[in-house]
Amino acid sequence: MAVGRMIVFLAVVAGGLGAAARFAVDGAVKARIDSDFPWATLAINVTGSLLLGVLSGLVIAGSAPDGLRAVLGTGFCGGYTTFSTASFETLRLAQRGAAGRAALYVAASVGLSIAAAALGLLLAR
Amino acid sequence: MPDEHPGLPVDPDEPEGRNLRPSGVALVFLGGAIGTAARYGLALAAPTESRGWPTGTFVANVLGALVLGALLEGLARAGPDDGWRLRARLLAGTGFCGGFTTYSTFAVEADLLVRAHATGLAVGYLVASVGVGLVATILGVMAAARWRSGA
Repeated sequence: MAVGRMIVFLAVVAGGLGAAARFAVDGAVKARIDSDFPWATLAINVTGSLLLGVLSGLVIAGSAPDGLRAVLGTGFCGGYTTFSTASFETLRLAQRGAAGRAALYVAASVGLSIAAAALGLLLAR
Repeated sequence: MPDEHPGLPVDPDEPEGRNLRPSGVALVFLGGAIGTAARYGLALAAPTESRGWPTGTFVANVLGALVLGALLEGLARAGPDDGWRLRARLLAGTGFCGGFTTYSTFAVEADLLVRAHATGLAVGYLVASVGVGLVATILGVMAAARWRSGA
């Protein structure tokens, strides 16, 4: 279906933009916070989860078309947030002898992202 | 304990020199678009039911974690983070793996499972994603280490 293919195309482009945005935010955070703790990825994953929560809530409430969630959600938020980087950073912290911080990073990433998404879902009501 | 892997970046998405050159951004965009397309394809092939296991996202996240681990270890052993290695990291790592995997979908799916009164499944999904993801990262790193040292 033509509309379906257009949405997929836009979602893919949005995903690329999300990845580029992650790259930019990562650099901006790194320039301001000099730390081995992955604050940048944490901030990115939490804010992305909040946004997707809002988008999903809007679609569930019937206030936004599914296509918008596909493009901004699956596309942008999916490209913007990253699970692989978070997993790698956790491993690196543990490898550097910071197992406690690695555990803290996992807990913060999971906890704050799920909380942010839940808040987004609530806000969209 | 000393860092046994000083060549590996702490943050694989860190732009080299904190300097966002357009060529770097373009590589991340391209890789990210391809990764998103792959993830979207998985989502279409394995759509998530309201109380079902989010297979598409889970597979993408675990696979992406494996690939990123192998990529970064392989590149670190190949030399310093510049030239073709830097470009490969931006395209395939920051770009593709970053676009292929997703934290936001993972988080929302967990929330929706709780809302659908499947809290046990939500917790299981959480633990499995983090745990299996971490194992996948380690396996990726080990595979690349074995491959590179045999070369």
